[in-house]
Amino acid sequence: MTSKSFSTGRFLYTFIIIFLIWYAFTTSLQPAEIIVGILLSLIVAYITVVNFNCCDPVLITPSHIIYFIQYFFVFLMALVKANFDVARRVVNPKLPINPGIVSFETKLNNDFAKMVLANSITLTPGTLTIDVIDNRFFVHWIDVTTENKEEIYKEIAEPFEKVLLKIYGS
Amino acid sequence: MDTLNNILTYLGLGFVLLGSIFLFLGALGIYRMPDLYNRLQAGTKASTLGAMSVVLGVGLMQPSWMIKLIVIILFIGISNPLSSHALARASYRRGIRPFFKKKIDAYEQEVEREKQQRKKNQIKVEKVKEVAD
Repeated sequence: MTSKSFSTGRFLYTFIIIFLIWYAFTTSLQPAEIIVGILLSLIVAYITVVNFNCCDPVLITPSHIIYFIQYFFVFLMALVKANFDVARRVVNPKLPINPGIVSFETKLNNDFAKMVLANSITLTPGTLTIDVIDNRFFVHWIDVTTENKEEIYKEIAEPFEKVLLKIYGS
Repeated sequence: MDTLNNILTYLGLGFVLLGSIFLFLGALGIYRMPDLYNRLQAGTKASTLGAMSVVLGVGLMQPSWMIKLIVIILFIGISNPLSSHALARASYRRGIRPFFKKKIDAYEQEVEREKQQRKKNQIKVEKVKEVAD
């Protein structure tokens, strides 16, 4: 992850996001809860501010929100499909697997976008991200059907990357 | 109001049942798969959707907890794949090789190259030390 330098603005921003998460967890207006929340958020924000690069405020525009929702549905469909895929393989007495580790290159440059892509790949049918080095992804694939880089890319990453490229640019 | 609550309760129970079925299949997968990486595959997917579905079901039965439960679902969605990725990466680098029917391994070269690089750097450091002595 790229480290960003410390600045009061970034610190406040980190603090607010962390406090919102705390508030979603407690959902109470009791002063004791809020005071503890503020103290903890201050401490956590102080520790994590240099590495915190989530939810850039620049990205919150109406079209991006639509893309995020679109991404969510693409992702949810893939997750449900992945589960049925696992179920099919596990229940079959022959255990139809042909595992291998393949690699492909992504067009994404943003670290956070790469993290989202890696997590999504892990949760989609038959694939598990092992490592990301610069812009190369190494993926354990439970049923390797092709060794051609283009086809691997199309099969594994394309549906997610299309939407992520629209959000984060290349 | 009562009928709505009933519907929500039954819907919630349905989600909990579905979630437990997925969790069971995940456990079966962990038992049947031949090596660590395939086990991680079965375990991660099934346990992510299974746990999410169970938590969502509880939320439907108890609507006042819903906001907290959505945060929990988000955390499961982020942390589960991250942890399995970390386990897979660490075990490959530790030397646990995957099970292959036909060997397709793009990652091996990369790890080997890194190892050689590290060895070279170590030798350099030792030489510098010798000269300093």
